[in-house]
Amino acid sequence: MKAIHRFIVAVIILGLLMTGPFVVTSLLVWLDMKDFEREVLLGLLVSRLPVGTMMTLFGFAIGVLVLHRLFKQYVEGLLRMSETLRLMLGANRNFRVTIEGPPEVQQLALAANDLAQQRDLLMDDVDAQIGRAKASVEEEKNRLAALMSELAQAVVVCNLDGRILLYNNRARLQFKALAQGPTSVSGGALIGLGRSIHSILEKSQVEHAEEVIRQRLAAGKTAISNFITTTRGGQLLRAQMVPVLAAGAGEGDPAMSGYVLTVENITRSIEQEARRDQVMHSLTEGSRSALGNIRAAVANLIDYPDMEPELRDRFVHVVGDEVAKMSQSLDQTMGEFSDSMKARWPLEDVLGIDIIAAAQRRIDDKLKLPTKTEELDDALWIKADSFSLVFALVYLASRLQDHYEPRELRFRLIAEGKLAYLDLIWAGPAMSSETFYTWEIDSMQVGSETTPLSLRDVIDRHGGEVWYQREKAAHRAFFRFVLPVATPEIEQEQDERKRGGGRPEYYDFDLFNFADKSIDLDRKLSDLTYTVFDTETTGLEPSNGDEIIQIGAARIVNNRLLRQEVFDQILDPERPLKPESIPIHGITEDMVRGQPNIDVVLPAFHAFCEDTVLIAHNAAFDMRFLQLKEERCGIKFAQPVLDTLLLSAVIHPNQESHKLDVILDRLGIIIDKRHNALADALATGEVFLKLIPLLEDAGIVTVRQALEASEKTYFARVKY
Amino acid sequence: MAHKILIVDDEPNIVISLEFLMKKEGFEVAVATDGEEALAKVASFNPDLILLDVMMPKKSGFEVCEALRGDPSRAGLLIVMLTAKGRDTEVAKGLAIGADAYVTKPFSTKDLVVKVKSMLGVG
Repeated sequence: MKAIHRFIVAVIILGLLMTGPFVVTSLLVWLDMKDFEREVLLGLLVSRLPVGTMMTLFGFAIGVLVLHRLFKQYVEGLLRMSETLRLMLGANRNFRVTIEGPPEVQQLALAANDLAQQRDLLMDDVDAQIGRAKASVEEEKNRLAALMSELAQAVVVCNLDGRILLYNNRARLQFKALAQGPTSVSGGALIGLGRSIHSILEKSQVEHAEEVIRQRLAAGKTAISNFITTTRGGQLLRAQMVPVLAAGAGEGDPAMSGYVLTVENITRSIEQEARRDQVMHSLTEGSRSALGNIRAAVANLIDYPDMEPELRDRFVHVVGDEVAKMSQSLDQTMGEFSDSMKARWPLEDVLGIDIIAAAQRRIDDKLKLPTKTEELDDALWIKADSFSLVFALVYLASRLQDHYEPRELRFRLIAEGKLAYLDLIWAGPAMSSETFYTWEIDSMQVGSETTPLSLRDVIDRHGGEVWYQREKAAHRAFFRFVLPVATPEIEQEQDERKRGGGRPEYYDFDLFNFADKSIDLDRKLSDLTYTVFDTETTGLEPSNGDEIIQIGAARIVNNRLLRQEVFDQILDPERPLKPESIPIHGITEDMVRGQPNIDVVLPAFHAFCEDTVLIAHNAAFDMRFLQLKEERCGIKFAQPVLDTLLLSAVIHPNQESHKLDVILDRLGIIIDKRHNALADALATGEVFLKLIPLLEDAGIVTVRQALEASEKTYFARVKY
Repeated sequence: MAHKILIVDDEPNIVISLEFLMKKEGFEVAVATDGEEALAKVASFNPDLILLDVMMPKKSGFEVCEALRGDPSRAGLLIVMLTAKGRDTEVAKGLAIGADAYVTKPFSTKDLVVKVKSMLGVG
């Protein structure tokens, strides 16, 4: 019963209570009376009836007022309080009940507020604890990631299905180098989150190693397994597997939930070992034969001193001949051997100016000698062991200080073809080449720091040279270090390009037919692995011979756009580019010539997007280009395809434009670069990630629903 | 009658010494410079002992040795293998396929002469 109905009932009862007893009493008295008594009473009453009625009505009104007031305070007040309490429970935690009404209600309100206060404290405490736990987990994760990325070994963590859960940069580089074909093509397609390790390492070998570990675990031994495997490209890999044990397994055998693989490419070290073997062989067995010839000839010369001169000459000639051959082979093998000695000295690519800056700091610190720089090529990378090179510079500076007391030293760094000239300059008297020669071969010492290496050793190990030279006109001299220049990979800076009207929408490709059933369409959109991609083409008509000239792609795994796992490749279309299209895609003839063609790139891209749902903006256009090449390349893109253009139309059916730029703007995504295949693919990926929650709000949760919804808009647009 | 010795080696620098030495010791000497020539010379020259180098073009010393040992009419032919390979495994192989002696380069010419003479039962 509603409160207002109860109020009405209460009013009726009040009315009955006020009039009922009087009416009933009057009735009983009336029935008991004689006729004349009734007449007397009537005469007495009728004239006074209005007063009685007035009094009754007055009393009733007061009763109703009292009742109303009580109702307001207790019933409605409590109802209001319960609403406030609901609010405090849900929407607004900080809301409090207003203290009002009669004392009993106020008491209740105070108690409720106290309870809420207590609850808030508890909740804050829980939140704080969760926050702290999260932060520490995050910190541990970051620490682990940092550790992993610093490791010199390639590390890959997999679950028991062989899916990659974690890998470090070293692993990416190593497996990228292993990929077949031109290494740039694969884009590290072999390794990626959620990909199978079995595409890199032989499945049976991995499983055997797992089995070995299980046995060792069961036997209580150190759980570790090593194996050597060859890749399809013929490279030798040494892998070490250690198990990841399930946490909280408690008693009994710990269960293995995955494994950590450290992988090392030993092809080169095996090759080096083979070369060293060869050197040993040619020095031992190679000498036997020559030595045997000499020994026999010499024995004859000694044993038969009276032989004819002609014969004697022949024997002497044999000795001379063999000795010459031996010397030659010794030189040759030593040459090769020292090559492999040098290969073991680890040189790294460093910026020349970093070396100079380090040397300046140390000279200032150790020798208190001011330094300056002259011409510096700040983009010059050199191959060097920075420690020994800096030590050598500081050593020379200290020698100069001891002998010539220069007021200051200067550095200069210039590039000369494939060589870098690093000069240490000072003003002072000429020094003799003998002095420099002793400086060169002495063990280096700076203050209390010494090294068994000489300047010459350091220079030799860098495959460089050093000399002393005078600049007579300037009355100064310098030591010149000549070092090999390194060419580190520098990211190509690509210009922002202009694209006029963009590309038209194509509708003549049936996006919704796909045969691949390995992807579960009823999984949530946010759970699947995707490949977002974009292509640049020579033109807009694939059926008229237009070709793909660039493919860019990135992966979305676990609702994250992986910017490291990308595919970025320019192709040779094997036909001239259309001059009018060059400003659109910014790719010139020079850029495409010498690049791999579609026969190489498409299979690599196919491998890159294996087992993922494809996403593109206006996917029909790109898919049509891919489809036309499927037969030629012997592959098929059978996976489902989502189109961000159509999905955007699903969410915002009333918007006029669904061009990528417009959508980016609408969704508040800021992208710095656009209009090259990779940048557009990444932008498309960002759009898709923003669309997922919007689609969920619209009741589109699974891939199947997304495809069905797209299909509807697709048909709607076609009809229109 | 002097014993006949066939020297088989592709290196003239050792052949000249061995030929001189064996002639001085009073043997009748013939020379072959590869495996095939060696087999032909065995047939025509009919030596008592053969100094056989292992590393040769066309047919290796091992192959020549096996071919000779496969011919029962040559059962009495003595075979001394000369090699620049000093590994135990190769010595074992040479002896296993029927060489009577195995000499590793560099060798002492005196020891070789002593060995050859004792094998032929002279001196």
